Amino acid sequence: MRVRPPTVGHDDAFFWEGAAAGRLLVQRCATCGELRHPPGPMCPRCHSLEWDTVASSGHGRVLSWILSHHPTRPDDEPRVVVLVALDEGTRLVSNLIDGPDLTGPDRPTLNGRRVSVTFVDHEGTVLPQFRLAETEP
Amino acid sequence: MSGRGSRAVIAGVGHTEYSQDSGRSTLRLAAEASLAALDDAGIDPCAVDGTVSFSLDTNDELAVMRTLGIPELRFAARTRGGGGGACATVQLAAAAVESGQADVVLVYRAFNERSAHRFGQPVRADPATTEPLWNLALPFGVDTPAKIYALTFQAYMHAFGLTNADFGRYTVVARTWAATNPGAQFFGRPITLEDHQASRWIVEPVLRKLDCCLESDGGVALVVTSAERAADQGARAVEIDAATASHLEGGHEMFSYHHDDLTAYPEGQAMARRLYRQAGLTAADIDVAMIYENFSPIVFLQLEALGFCGRGEARDFIAEGHIGPGGSLPVNTNGGLLGEGYIHGMNNIVEAVRQLRGTAPNQIADAEHVLVSAGRSGLILGRTETRGNP
Repeated sequence: MRVRPPTVGHDDAFFWEGAAAGRLLVQRCATCGELRHPPGPMCPRCHSLEWDTVASSGHGRVLSWILSHHPTRPDDEPRVVVLVALDEGTRLVSNLIDGPDLTGPDRPTLNGRRVSVTFVDHEGTVLPQFRLAETEP
Repeated sequence: MSGRGSRAVIAGVGHTEYSQDSGRSTLRLAAEASLAALDDAGIDPCAVDGTVSFSLDTNDELAVMRTLGIPELRFAARTRGGGGGACATVQLAAAAVESGQADVVLVYRAFNERSAHRFGQPVRADPATTEPLWNLALPFGVDTPAKIYALTFQAYMHAFGLTNADFGRYTVVARTWAATNPGAQFFGRPITLEDHQASRWIVEPVLRKLDCCLESDGGVALVVTSAERAADQGARAVEIDAATASHLEGGHEMFSYHHDDLTAYPEGQAMARRLYRQAGLTAADIDVAMIYENFSPIVFLQLEALGFCGRGEARDFIAEGHIGPGGSLPVNTNGGLLGEGYIHGMNNIVEAVRQLRGTAPNQIADAEHVLVSAGRSGLILGRTETRGNP
């Protein structure tokens, strides 16, 4: 699965560095503790410019999903894109890997399913991606 | 709108043909549409002293000014984002006129979005855009607007039990309207639900090809001026009864993944409240609705957000025929962006004006109030005859 590497900037470098180290990091305001994702330079609640990070447990649930086909290679296996609500409260876009076949009208329901993160190296770009959790908490 | 100056009206509309290949420059498209709008308003280009366009429009104001031979501009503004700002062009133009900052404002949008730069194609993250979600979505395979939006629409489908065929019922209606609109790219070509279901998947399980808007080359222009000026020129003016933009905290351009309820459209709800309050109307007073559709599912979300039906009821509202010919709330009577053409929502404003003038190809009898929603900006336009003297 060919992955387009992110263009890393000042505000989100920590996220990609964390992923490369096997950690799913969420930005946290160092003044009021509010979490935010995607990352940003200032806390929207208290306007502090100070921030640190928390490592997410990596657990969450699927809010929605789609199949993403490669734009120019139609025979490639599609990726499952999911919008995940982490237990910490923030949401992120990622992929579901090793999941069920979702093509066709008899597909299983993914919405609301519990998932947990894993880190996958795609030719040098490490992505936090998700698998269906084996048990409900 | 009322302000300390004279109230603003839309005095003229103009446009080129909508096609897959205009064969000419965007500047020429802008100039043609602008001249047509000024001619429609009965106003000479030399009288233009303000312009409004989209921040994405590649036709610089000075190029348009130079091409039309406009002697002087004292106001120039651009709307943010993409097609979501289509109605904000009229909001800005009206604000300029009513504050006395301009007398005659030319609104223009022209591109070769099919033959040249196409918006729907896979993109690269560009750090200069400052929309961080692009960078956080692209590596996971979200590389087109269709995928960005579909990830939200799927939540709506799941919550209310819709299938892609339910979305297809909107497309069938849009193509029905377009089939009897000679200016539509799909003139004479209605479709059935079977045709829709046979079209290829763009983003499974949400969008097929026939759920996606057209891609078009073309230009649209409007002329906004004072009611007095419009009357002096003998223009067939249309009232701007309400105009607003709508953005909410925590938002992103195109990505709406942060809302507590992914199945609602709170920007649309906030917009609707303000529009109805400004105009002194309710949803029940609206005779025709023009609803921006980059993709068919967004009509469902907007019908509910704008108060035309309840939450989760859009499927039945559409299936029961309310938005089509003979329906209680005709929607996108030109065929919309799926059926007529995709000029970033501006062609839907043209249709609203035609409906209020009584000159639309699919004319709705006695159309008095037309709501135009571009998603992140909206208008309620009204018929001039219902007003007193300017």
